[in-house]
This record gives sequence, structure tokens and C-alpha cells, in this order.
Amino acid sequence: MTEPARPIIRIQNITKRFGKMTAVDNVSLDINAGEFFVLLGPSGCGKTTLLRMIAGFELPTEGRILIDGQDMAGIPPNKRPVNMVFQSYAVFPHMSVADNVAYGLKIAGVRGGEVRDRVAEALELVKLGGFETRMPDQMSGGQRQRVALARSLVMRPKVLLLDEPLSALDAKLRAQMQFELSELQEKVGITFVTVTHDQDEALSMACRIAVINKGEVSQLATPSDLYEYPANRFVADFVGSVNIFEGKLTLDEPDKAAVDCPGLGKVYLNHGVTGPHGADVWVALRPEKIYLHVPGAGKAVTAAAQDAPDGHNFARGKIKGMSYLGDITLFEIELETGARIRVSRPNLSRHDQEDFTWDDKVSMHWRADSPVVLLG
Amino acid sequence: MAEQDWKTNRRVFAAVSLPTLFWIIVFFVVPMAIVWLYSFGENRGLTDIAISGTLDNYKRATEWLYVTIFGKSFAVAALVTLICLIVGFPVAMAITFASEKWRPWLLLGIMLPFWTNLLVRTYALMILLGSQGYANKGLGALWGGASWAKTLVGLEPLPTWEPVQLLFNNFAVVLGLVYVHLPFMVLPLYAALDRLDRSLIEASLDLGAGHFRTIMRIVVPLAAPGIVAGVMITLIPALGAYLTPDLMGGTDSQMIANVIERQFKKANDWPFGAALSFLLIYAMFILIALQSMRRKVPEVH
Amino acid sequence: MALFARTPRAPLEYSRTLWMRLWVGAVMVFLYAPLVVLMIFSFNDSKRNVVWRGFTTKYYEKALGNDQLVEALLNSLTIAALATIVSLALGAVAAVMLWRFRFPLKGAVDGTISLPIIVPEICMGVAFLMFFAAVDWPTDLVWPFNLGAITIAHITFCFPFVTMVVRSRLASFNREQEEAAKDLGASEWQVFRDVLIPHIRPALVAGALLSFTLSLDDFVITYFTSGPDTITFPVKVYSMVRFSVTPEVNAASTLLIILTVALTFIALKLQGVKAIAETH
Repeated sequence: MTEPARPIIRIQNITKRFGKMTAVDNVSLDINAGEFFVLLGPSGCGKTTLLRMIAGFELPTEGRILIDGQDMAGIPPNKRPVNMVFQSYAVFPHMSVADNVAYGLKIAGVRGGEVRDRVAEALELVKLGGFETRMPDQMSGGQRQRVALARSLVMRPKVLLLDEPLSALDAKLRAQMQFELSELQEKVGITFVTVTHDQDEALSMACRIAVINKGEVSQLATPSDLYEYPANRFVADFVGSVNIFEGKLTLDEPDKAAVDCPGLGKVYLNHGVTGPHGADVWVALRPEKIYLHVPGAGKAVTAAAQDAPDGHNFARGKIKGMSYLGDITLFEIELETGARIRVSRPNLSRHDQEDFTWDDKVSMHWRADSPVVLLG
Repeated sequence: MAEQDWKTNRRVFAAVSLPTLFWIIVFFVVPMAIVWLYSFGENRGLTDIAISGTLDNYKRATEWLYVTIFGKSFAVAALVTLICLIVGFPVAMAITFASEKWRPWLLLGIMLPFWTNLLVRTYALMILLGSQGYANKGLGALWGGASWAKTLVGLEPLPTWEPVQLLFNNFAVVLGLVYVHLPFMVLPLYAALDRLDRSLIEASLDLGAGHFRTIMRIVVPLAAPGIVAGVMITLIPALGAYLTPDLMGGTDSQMIANVIERQFKKANDWPFGAALSFLLIYAMFILIALQSMRRKVPEVH
Repeated sequence: MALFARTPRAPLEYSRTLWMRLWVGAVMVFLYAPLVVLMIFSFNDSKRNVVWRGFTTKYYEKALGNDQLVEALLNSLTIAALATIVSLALGAVAAVMLWRFRFPLKGAVDGTISLPIIVPEICMGVAFLMFFAAVDWPTDLVWPFNLGAITIAHITFCFPFVTMVVRSRLASFNREQEEAAKDLGASEWQVFRDVLIPHIRPALVAGALLSFTLSLDDFVITYFTSGPDTITFPVKVYSMVRFSVTPEVNAASTLLIILTVALTFIALKLQGVKAIAETH
């Protein structure tokens, strides 16, 4: 039983210019009530500007933002039904934890006993129960972030905005907070809108992700769709690691397609692409979707023949670089065409990393449903 | 990183410490010590002063006349500081939040008078305030305008404008001191506000606070070190001001510094002047001690 | 700055509110109107500073022809230059001492060095008057040695400012740079010359500017240490203002203002506004 998606934030044709620079370029997005929405993009892509426009700290040059059906034009940040967790946390250093969390409530006119209860409840929620009298300078970065979270959540906003919430934490804590944030979001049921440049963070937490590039939305999709079906080269390259080859579309039928890539050879697909015949396209192939073999055994050819009945998704090359990462080993392989391709291989047994070494000749194949053909 | 112990590098330490110590002892500590000793002395003749250990000079300083001058100096300095704070705070805010393009020019606008000769500035203000000066002309024009407006609605015109005395009174002293010290206040305020993390202000707005409340509850407490610095940097020189009350004040506008000066240049009572000087220095110490007693605002980075 | 905003004002653009602009504008008028009036009337062909009677440069001729005034200005500049050089050296050395070393009575030394900043000018003036009287400082030396007493007094109140500015700059020095230089074979002196001095250069420029203007500016302390033959510009202007307001003073003041503005702009050219502002 899922309710039909109801947009809580509607961003309509928003453009933001700073002088001559266009930070956000005609973006339209709907963010649904109750979802964990992530704005993902490289630094300087305009994602933070977009978030700050929702909060009301920047004003759009063009377009409008609706929150819960209400146009936000002319409404200052202190009157908007959203709250923000800042990248620097912005915990007031001269107030205790309890005073920080109570700050907004007192302004909203909530009275004594209720303030105490709600502050305690919010602190409990972020696992900071008992920290009421602490001062921010006696806390770690992670704890200050929880204070910032509690301070916003206690306001029961319609939307919680988080600006790079995990960027200042170390790797271990970041992984833990990813889970906690998802869990928290489910528990409180508030819409979360998060800005991040970290794809792992986005993939692990989001219901839906909008990838932003140069002020525009490159793709809006669920995490798995974004990874498996990137819409363009930017998304394919930005989310995860990928090999991209330029080619021409030579065959395009409803159930099969082929792309001729000078760098990789002929690539067969078991589905249609619906692109113009002979068009310039790009083939994206994830490193983990390529199988590596010792050459000459004929195994690669047979396997490829099974996966792509109409041809061989097959290539040969020489190992030029290796990096052992524990769970997987990354190979950099020079193909016979001179192009380079990256292949990752899981170390399923303790001795797997001994199978290949530098300058070994290898052959490889991939399934016909693995390559993604990109038109742009 | 920790400081180096002087013993580990005696040569370098000697090179940097000896000139400094020599200068500060010979040309500062010794002169101050002489003043301090003389404050316990008495005049024996026209030029002959004996350091007899007497406390008469300090006793004389507690006479009503001098107590009122001390009190008045404090009052004037405090008033000047308060006006500078009220006038300067919005200016510092404006500079802090001005666009990148404007900020350097606004800063320059505040700093240029700071670099300009104090005497020249005081003199310039005196020209403006003189009985024939532009301040009076401007007031006269306003008066004339008001009078004309009254005749328009059929009332008696105001009596003819008499130039007001804007110079040589307490008002002029306060105005002059504000004029001179305003940049001293604005610069430390700006420095403190500029250091303030803007997301703290945004967080306050985000949580529903208005601008006024944000300034009072967040900006002012966090800029407190800068405010205190600005207050001290204004209050201390204002308290010891000599030139402004001397040039712009009337006969009743004397401040401590003027009294001290008179002991040396006119009354020729060096021991009493020395005692007054040290009382002024003690007052400074008390102010500084009060300042360092205030609760330290924790800073989070 | 357009008075009326064309684009809507974002929450933190306080300086774009109308009342803020009026406030800043009024403060600027307050700060500059007297100086501008003074400069304009230095060209006024009238004995009194009130009504415009036509353009003239005769008061500049008069001021420049006034030997006493020119001599005073020359004295002031000489003193300021000497005081600046010595203050820079002394102030930088003191800053390095306080920044780098731990030594007995450091707190007391630190406090004493900053005292001249806090002690009222009048008290310093009195102290120097008594000091030079007590040591029987010779007053009949030839120029420029007769300026010695004033210069010494000026150095004493200037160099603590240099120390303060340089020290705050040193606080941001990354000592790994020093270690890197030593690692690459630099000697103590080479580290100082090649790494430390370039780092504190902005502070030295700011300190020099501060010393020069403080020295040029000083009236009170000089008033107590100068003799009849060692009049400085402020002391001369003071007596002129005190006894008769003449347009000559306007002309001389204008020249000094122009000198100040020029100095400030040179400093800005060297360092930029921000660096200078930060050192205050």
C-alpha cells in the first residue's frame, strides 16, 4: 500500500544568476512528501544554491518555488515551513545544547513545559539524551551535527534541508551516519532534501536522486536506475566508475542493437536503442561487468557467444596496471586497439589476486545487457 | 607548536631580546618610574624637587574639584564610547555584509580619517562648528524654513535666527571626541563581525527568528569580544584626551589630561601632575582588569 | 550603489536596506564634510572661513613661504621616518622574541611592551618631560640630532604597535615551512630572511604605515618633549590654531591630508585594503 506521490516542493523553471554567472539554469523538479531526496553533483554545480533558494537565503532570478502548494516568493526564511542543517552545523557556540534546540521553539511561542519535553524528545531522537547542559565546544563534530539535526527536527518542519551533512565527518562516522539519517528519516516521516557531492552517500540514502551539472538537472532517478541506466555521459561518469567508448550505431532493432566502436570493437546489445542509424553514440561499460580470462583457453569466446548470440562481446589486451583493494582488484588493460579499459574483479578466494599480473595477456567478455548506449 | 625554551638557542634569543629589553627599560620603564617617584615628592624651590615620600599630592587629588574632573572625564568618555558604539555598529554591519565590490571602499572610507592627522581633523571640525560655520548656517536655514512654513499656515513667524554656540562647550567636546574616535570603534567591530560564521545568522533566521532578534541574540553575543575591544580602544584614549577638550571645550570642559598639562606647563607643580598622571594610569588598569574579568565566549570552529 | 535595489534583497544583504545606506551615508558625511570644507576653503580668497570670495593659491604660497611652518613639517617628516625605521626593526624583533621563545618573566615583559599602547599619551608625555630633564638631555645639538629626544619618545610609543601587528601575523605562520627550509639545508638566518620575513611582510608594511602616521600625528607627547628649536608640524599648527585662525593653516592642513591619502594609497597598492584592515 503506497500512497500516490504528493509533491511537497515544486521547483518551477528556477534560474539563479550571480552577476554574469548562471548558477542554476531553468531547473524544474518535484520533490515528494516523505521521500529522501538527494541533489548530487560536483562542487560548484549549483546544488547548494538550489537548496539555499528553497530555504530562502538566496532569491531566484526567475521561476518560482512552491512548498506545500504555497508560492514562496517574498516569504523570508524565518517564515518558511522548512528547516536547514548547515554544512558547518551552525550550532550557536554561546548556548548550551538545550538552548540551541529550544531556540526556534521559544521564538515560535511554545511554552515552558512543552519546550522541555520537545527538546528532550528531539535529543533522544538523535541519541543525545542527557547532553542538555553541554556547551558546543565540549562536543565532537559528529555530536554537534546531531545538535543541529535536533534543533531543526524539533521544529517539525515540512521539509528538512541538509547541506553536505556528512562532509566534515571521518569515513567511519560518515558510513554510520548514512544509516542513521535514513533510519531517522523513516522514523520521523519528514521529507529530507540533501545536497552532496559524494555518490556513495547519495546512492545509500536517497529514494530519488537529481544529478545536477552546470546548473541543470542531468538526470532524476532512483539510485539503481541512475547507476544501471545513466541517461548521459556525465551521469555515467559521475556516478560510479565507467569505461566510455565512442562509436557509431550500426544496428538498431526492437530486440537487438550493435555499436561499432573504434576503441573497443563491435558491441552487441540484446535490446533496441531507438537512435538514428549511423548516429554518433557512446557506449558505457562498468568495470565490474567485464569478465577477465586467461587467453587461449577459448573460454571467453564461448562465454561471449552464449551471452550475445549474434556476435561476440569480446576483447583482448595486456595488463598495464593493477591495484589491489582487498575486496576487489582493479585492472587497467591496454586493448589491442591501443585504448585502455578498466576492469574490476572480485577477490572471491584468497588467492584470486595471484591469477594475473603486470604485462599478462588477457581476454575479456561482457554480457549483451551490460553496455549502456548513451546518445549525449 | 610549542615555544622554544630560550636556553636552547641563546644566541638568537640574545639577538632578539637585548634590543627590545634595553629600549623598553631605558626609555619606558625608567621614565615611568621617575614619574612614579616624583608623585611622592614636593616642591622645594622653583626647580628643586625633593622626593620625600609624602602622600600630599594624592591627598590633594581627592579634593572635590579634582574628583569632579575625574568623574566628568569618565562620564564624557563613557558617553563618547556609547555614541560611537551606537553609530558604529550599523556601519560595521554594513561593511561586513556589503558586496565584494563595495567592502574595500567602505573600509577605506573608515580608515582614511583614522590615518589623517588628529589635529587637522579637530581643526576642520572647529571650522564647521564655528559661530559663522556651516553647521550654524545649516541650522539657520532649517530655522528659516520652519519659520516660513509657519507663515504659510498663517502663524506668527519664528523670531530671527540667533547663531547657537556650537563650539567651546561640553557638547563640542563630546562631538569632537566622537568624530575623532569613531573609526577606532568601527574597525574592531568589523573585524569581529567579519569573523562571524554567517551560517549562524542563517540558522537563526531559519529557525524563525527575525532580524532584530537574530542581531540581539546571536550577532551581539558572538561579536562580544570585538565589541569589548572597540569599547576599550575608544574609552581609553577618550578618557585621556587632551587636544579635543583643550581646543573645542569651554572653561568648564576640562578633562584630566588638561589638568595634568597645566601642572607642567603653567602651574609648575610637577609632583602633583605626576600623581594625577599615575591616578589616570591606575584608572586604565582598573578598566583593563574589568575587561579581562568578563566571561569568555567559547568559540567553535 | 544604487539607492533603490533593482533585484530583490536576499536576507543577509543588510547593506542593501535603505536605512542602512542612509546611516552609512550620514556617517561618511560626518567624517568627511569637515575635511572637505577645510580643503575647499584653503583656496578661498578670504581671511575668514565662511564665504567664498574666489579662488586663490596665495595661502599655499604663504604657508610654503612660512619658514617656521616648513621647518616644522620637515622636522615632522624626519622624525616620522627615523621613528618608523627603528620601530620596525625593534617591533619585529620583539614580536619574534615573544612568539618564538619561552623565558622567565615572559608575562611581565609582554605586558610591559604593550603598556605604551594603553598608557594615556599625556602620561607618556609627562614621563618623557621628566626623564629628559632628569638625565639632562642636551638641547643644543645641531639638526637633526636635536630631534633625538622627540624621536626616542616616538619610537617608544610606535614600536609596540609594530610588535602587535607582526605578532598577530606570526600567529598564522606555519612552522612546518620553517622546518621544511631547515630540512632543505637553510641556516637560522636564511630561514629568517627567506621564509619568516616574506610571511610577515604585510604586517611590516602595515606596521610601517601605522608608525609613520602615529608619529606624524602625535601632538601631546611631542608637545612635552619639544623645545623652542624643535617644533613639529602638529605643535606648530596647534599654536597657530590656538592663537589665530589663519587660512595658512587650511593650506598646510590640506597638504598634510593629501600626504596622508597618498601614503595610504601607496600602502594599499602594496598590500590591498583587506590585509591592512585585518591588521587592526
